[in-house]
Order: sequence, then C-alpha cells, then structure tokens
Amino acid sequence: MTRRSLTAACTVSVALWASAPGAEIAPADVVWEDEIAIPVSLSGTPGDPVAGANALSSRSIGNCLSCHENTAMPEHDFQGNIGPSLDGAGARWSEAELRGIVANAKRVFPDSMMPVFYHDNPADYVRPGDAYTGNAYDPDTFSTLLSAQQIEDIVAYLTTLTDW
Amino acid sequence: MKTITKLWATAAICGAMLSGMAQADPHPDAELIIEGELHLATRAAPAEHLGGVFPEIYSGWLFRTDETRALQMDDFDNPGILFTERGQDRWDAADGNAGQSCADCHGDIESMAGVRAVMPKINEDGELWALENYINNCRTARMEADAWGWNSEPMKDMTALISLQSRGMPVAVQMDGEYAPFWEQGREMYYTRFGQLEMSCANCHEDNWGRMIRADHLSQGMSNGFPTYRLKNATIVPLHQRFRGCIRDTRGETFREGSPEFIALELYVSSRGLGLPIEGVSVRQ
Ligand code: HEC
Ligand code: HEC
Repeated sequence: MTRRSLTAACTVSVALWASAPGAEIAPADVVWEDEIAIPVSLSGTPGDPVAGANALSSRSIGNCLSCHENTAMPEHDFQGNIGPSLDGAGARWSEAELRGIVANAKRVFPDSMMPVFYHDNPADYVRPGDAYTGNAYDPDTFSTLLSAQQIEDIVAYLTTLTDW
Repeated sequence: MKTITKLWATAAICGAMLSGMAQADPHPDAELIIEGELHLATRAAPAEHLGGVFPEIYSGWLFRTDETRALQMDDFDNPGILFTERGQDRWDAADGNAGQSCADCHGDIESMAGVRAVMPKINEDGELWALENYINNCRTARMEADAWGWNSEPMKDMTALISLQSRGMPVAVQMDGEYAPFWEQGREMYYTRFGQLEMSCANCHEDNWGRMIRADHLSQGMSNGFPTYRLKNATIVPLHQRFRGCIRDTRGETFREGSPEFIALELYVSSRGLGLPIEGVSVRQ
C-alpha cells in the first residue's frame, strides 16, 4: 500500500467512525481542514461509486460533464471542456480534498466558474432563481444543488479515477 | 504546500487543454457572403473599451456548424427572411384608429436604413429605448393602435424587416455623454455573477468562448446578428429573450424582456460588438 492510499484509507475509516449513519452535516456546519478539505462524511453514510457515476453524468443531477471530460465515460457524448479533465482526479486529490472541491470549489479555486454544490443560503446569491424556471426562488424549496449523499456518492466515484 | 503543487498540476492541465482546443475554436477562415454578393465581416478589431480581453472579435456565425452557417448565406434558405416579408405587409397596412400605416409617415422601408445599427438609442425624454419601444410608440401615439408584445409575431416581423435595412452597416451605438450611465449599468450587469450557479455573462462569453459547455459551443455572445432565427425554437428569437435564457441557465431570476435593465445590457453588449456589421436576420442552431 502506498503512503497516499494509506492516508486515504485512514481518512475513510476515521470518517466512518466519527459520524453515526444518517447524521447529516448541514452546509453551515461543515468543518474544513487546511481551508480546502472536508475530512468527515457529509451524510454519515459511505458513498456508492455507482450512484456517484450516475449523479456525475446526469444532466438533472450533477451535470458535471457539462464542464468536464471524463474518458472513463465514453458512452456520454458532448462532454464539456470548461474545467480540467476528471481523468486522474482520484490520484491528484485525497478523498477529503475531493469532498471539499465538490462541496465548494471556490475555496480551492477562488473565483472558479465551478458552482458551489453544497450551500443553501439564498442571501449569498444575486437574484437566485427557482431552479431553471427564471422565476424568483421559493424560500420553502431552495436547497443545495446536490444532497449530502449525492456528494458522498460522487466523491466515492471520483476516488476511483486514478488513471491519467 | 501540497495544495500549491496540485494547483500547479491543474493549471498545467488547463494549459494543455487550451492548446488542444482547436476543434472548438471559431471557424478559422469561413467568409459570410450573402447570395454570393454581399460580404459581411465576421471578424473585427476589438473596441478599445474592451481593454484587450479579446485578440479579435467574432460574430456568433463563426461558432456554428457548416449547415447552420450555410443557411444564413442564402436568403431563400434563411427562414428569418419569411418574417421580413410578413413585416413588409404590416409596414404597408393601415392599422389603429388613426387609419395610418408605417409607410404613410415613413415612406419606403429603405428609409429605415441605419436605424437598427444605433439601437438602443436615447429618446427625447432622456430614456434609453430599444427598437421595439420606438415601434410601439408609433403604434400607440401615432396610429392609435395596440402595442405589440415584445416577443409577439408582429413585433418579430417588424424588427426583422427593419434590421434587414441595416444589413452590412457597422454597429454604431453610442457610449458617451448621456449614454454613459446606461452603458455603466449594462457593464455592471455583464460582470455580475447571477443565480445559484453564480455565473456572469463574462464567465461564459469572455473567459470561455471557443470552449464547449456540454453540446453548446460558446461564442463571444455578440448581438449584431439579432434578431436571430433559432432552429431549435423554429422562430425568431429577440435579443432580450436570449438574455432571459442565459440568466435562467444560471438558475437565476431573470429580468423582463423590455425592462430598463435589459435595455441597458443591450447597449453594453452592442458596444462590445462595435466594428462588426449588422447581419439583418441571422440563423443560429
Ligand atoms: C460550470 C463549470 C463546472 C461545473 C458544472 C463543474 N465544474 Fe469542476 N471544475 C471547473 C473548473 C473551471 C475547475 C478548475 C478550477 C478552476 O480553475 O476554477 C474545476 C475543477 C474540478 C476538480 C479538480 C480537477 C483536478 O483534477 O485538478 C474536480 C475534481 C471537479 N472540478 C469535479 C467536479 C464535479 C464532480 C462536478 C459536478 C458535481 C463539477 N466539477 C462541476 C468547472 C466546473
Ligand atoms: C452558463 C453559460 C452562459 C452564461 C452565464 C451566459 N450565456 Fe449567453 N449563451 C450561452 C450559450 C451556450 C449560448 C449559445 C451559443 C453561443 O452563441 O454562445 C449563448 C448565446 C448568447 C448570445 C447569442 C450569440 C449569437 O451570436 O447568437 C448572446 C447575445 C448572449 N449569449 C449574451 C449573454 C449575456 C448578455 C449574458 C449575461 C446576462 C449571457 N449571455 C450569459 C451561455 C451562457
């Protein structure tokens, strides 16, 4: 086992141990480490890489392929190239860092075009809308772009992308 | 320290991507020649106020597929031309309680040459008006007819017809003097990151033109081709409807077509295209 994967494995087990299943962390309560990493699972339930692959590619969920290429998913055409390719993301970043990037990319990459997927305070946006209707947001339904579990699933999938 | 190294790695990937994006660039040498006769420039030197953000400015036409570009080169194939033909009938037809037509006051439609190129323009009361406002003012104040809706069929017919009269004339909007506050307002909007996705016009059309956002090939977001016939909508899409769609796609609350905000944005976006010619009615996918 390399040192890197050992660290990753430790992070996973600490995360599992630290949070009871179902104990979800609200966006405002997320604890960051080194400013850019989130060591503890957001949902308290281990991520499922298969569900994560689906959330990442689905236009109505993560829609990550609108900006990123991922050669591990040749079945999806029209992959965007606004951001870097996701190939090797699991080798470049630790699980905690990937969680940080997916939850709030603007901490790692200031002024990034990548949306913040785990934030739910409408006051922090300029004219937030009600999804893609073009109408004003509805305070009763405004929520994060991805749920805690969807982020865990996507992170679990990203950690498998070690080739580049 | 670790983070810094990885950020460099990411930067290197982005750099590699930049050099490898040739297939997504604007067409390198296509020429827009209508009916084999009228040559419309699709590349121009950027206006000074852009501060060097573009090496060159490009018509949205250069970012479209071969098939879509071809449609705009032939008036018989360009579905937008049908709108101008209906517009000509409306130009000549009396309407409203005053019993007058556009032609009764303005004469031939050729009298409208150059009008589209300077829109939006400040009116006698110091308000910034788009072409649609001037058309509706003639209808209500002079013809005593009903105003047309911003995105209505008759309005599309008329704006298409009037724009066609400026085909080939360079965008000539004003930015200084009494225009300056409107221009500033539009500029401010252009760089505002709207909606839950926090994206500004500049994020897509200044920072990422030439790249793909899923299946969409991002252009520089120029307005000289408007009104445009959009194949996807199978109708004319007025500029403010395009603005509305772009802000909606940021998961934002948009502004209304015809709102003072969108007219100010229209002025600013037009000024980014100073140097490009009005295309009359363009065709987009
Ligand atoms: C609108 C564009 C956009 C969307 C949508 C987007 N990203 Fe990104 N992403 C970027 C950009 C741009 C960067 C590079 C950082 C920068 O320069 O801002 C990035 C960086 C990343 C990185 C680090 C890349 C590396 O290997 O160094 C990961 C991982 C990532 N994104 C994952 C995702 C996932 C997962 C999603 C969807 C849930 C997503 N992104 C959605 C634009 C986007
Ligand atoms: C999320 C990305 C995105 C944002 C943000 C965005 N646009 Fe666009 N815009 C597009 C796409 C995609 C198209 C269609 C392809 C093209 O022409 O670039 C488009 C097309 C346009 C066009 C038509 C260009 C042509 O030649 O047909 C104009 C004008 C335009 N946008 C202006 C704006 C303005 C003004 C804003 C801000 C209010 C804005 N856009 C924000 C993605 C965006």
